[in-house]
This record gives sequence, C-alpha cells and structure tokens, in this order.
Amino acid sequence: MKKKSKTVAFGGICVALALIFAYIEVLIPPLFTSLPGIKMGLPNIIIVFLLYRKGPVFAGIVSLVRILLVSMLFGNMMALMYSLAGGVLSLLVMIILRKLSFFSPVGVSVAGGVAHNIGQIIMAALLLETSELGYYLAVLAVTGTVAGVFIGLCGALLIKRIPDKLI
Amino acid sequence: MNNKKSAKKHSLRNDIILITAVILAAVIGLIYLNFFRSPGDSVTVTVDGEVYGVYPLSRDICEDIYSGSNNENHNRFVIKDGKAFMETATCPDGICVGHKSIFRNGESIVCLPNRVVITVTLGEKTDSPDVII
Repeated sequence: MKKKSKTVAFGGICVALALIFAYIEVLIPPLFTSLPGIKMGLPNIIIVFLLYRKGPVFAGIVSLVRILLVSMLFGNMMALMYSLAGGVLSLLVMIILRKLSFFSPVGVSVAGGVAHNIGQIIMAALLLETSELGYYLAVLAVTGTVAGVFIGLCGALLIKRIPDKLI
Repeated sequence: MNNKKSAKKHSLRNDIILITAVILAAVIGLIYLNFFRSPGDSVTVTVDGEVYGVYPLSRDICEDIYSGSNNENHNRFVIKDGKAFMETATCPDGICVGHKSIFRNGESIVCLPNRVVITVTLGEKTDSPDVII
C-alpha cells in the first residue's frame, strides 16, 4: 500500500516536471519559422529516464498524461491529435528498442525523436489528405536526430546519476 | 564487468550507425526532392482535402481562398513568373507565408491552421473556374 502511493506520487512529480519542460519549450522561439514541428522535445528526457529506470508501463502512462495535459493547456484538438500520433509512435519505438538493447539511451532517444516526427507527418497526411510531405519529413528527420542526441545524452546522465532511493 | 563494457561499446557503435543512417536517408531525400524533380505546369489548391481550383503556372494571378465554416479564414496566393507563393494568410503562425515559392512538380505549401494546401502538379491543363460555390 505504501509502495503504491509512493509510485502514484512519483508519477505525479514526473508529469509535473514534464509539463514544466513543455512550458519552457513553448517559450523558446522557433529556430526556423518556415518549418513547423521543430522542437527540442525536452519532456522526452523524463520519458527516456523513466523507460530505463521505471519500465515501459510507467513511462507510457506519464507520457500519455503529459500529452493530454499539454494539449489542454497550450494547444487545441488539432495539437492533441498531432501530439498523440507522434507521442504514441515514439513511445512504441523506444520501448521496442529498449527491449532489444541494441542501442544506448542516445540511440533509443534518436529513434524516438525521429519516430515522433514520422507520427506527426502521418497524422498531417491523414488530416490534410495529401502525401506531399516528404520534404518536411526529410528536414524533420535531421532536426529530430539532433534533438534526439541531446535528449539522449541528458537522459543517459540522469539514468546514471539519479540514486535509486530517490525514485 | 568486461562483458558489460563491451556491450556498452557495441551500443555506442550501433548508435552512430543509426544516426548516420537517418541523416544519410534524409540528405538523399532532400537532394532528390530539391534537384531531381521536373518543374510542374499548374497549381492545385485544396481546402479541407477538397480541390478548390487548378491554376496554370504560366499566367500571373492573385487568388483569394476563403475557408472555414463561415469563410472566416483567408489565404491569398500568387503566381508570378511561373512560381507560386502565399502572399498573406490569417493563420496565427504565418508558416505558409514564410515558405519559399514553389514551381517543381510535387512541391507544396501547407497552411495547417486553415487546412489549405497548394501543390504544384504536372499535366493538368484545366483552367480555373472563377468562383466555386
């Protein structure tokens, strides 16, 4: 019982932290205004960390709750659809790659970032009923990789440094 | 310990392979999309997934597109010197206005908030209707 409430409380803290990261990210001015969807994906630091230290179920729940809350706070229905498409695909890819243990957290995070972009492009193609988004995908793959490396390095540091008694 | 270390080294190598593969694929894709596509001859405008009009690239025009349930959204796209671009738009982000002008077959400008897409196409010789009601 005590363990359960501790898990719930820790989950809440993680969601709160992810929300703060998402908020900070909204404040950062976009690098290229001509291309939407280029983001650091700061909340993903927490998801990567949880994936390695708390398991896929915990990471998945925190990720989904975060997506729902961020979309309600800062976005609209459209934003929710895009975030969900990206978030779910990214989560699935990261869980599978984590299980296979081919990659370090950096590789998992890169794959997650690119999968996030692919998910959003698929959603855009569905919503707009156009398949001419290849150009976006190519650019987003590069920026997603760069962001993924950064997020993965941060996540790897946390995975190594955060002591077990804290989580 | 030694085993763990070598596993770490392997995953680092795999990471680098993954990153290189993704970037390589993206760069090849970009080069293909930027340089190896022939110019198109007309522009197809779709609103909400439905074709709004087809306009030839050869004639300079300036066309207003109204979208949304009460026609509250407005995009103005221009064809000039065989290239199409979005001149003004009521969307909040202005991404479509900042997009470079398009003329190669398959290139498109997407205005997500207003759900307006303009795409360069090839081989459609239809003239545009004046008004779609």
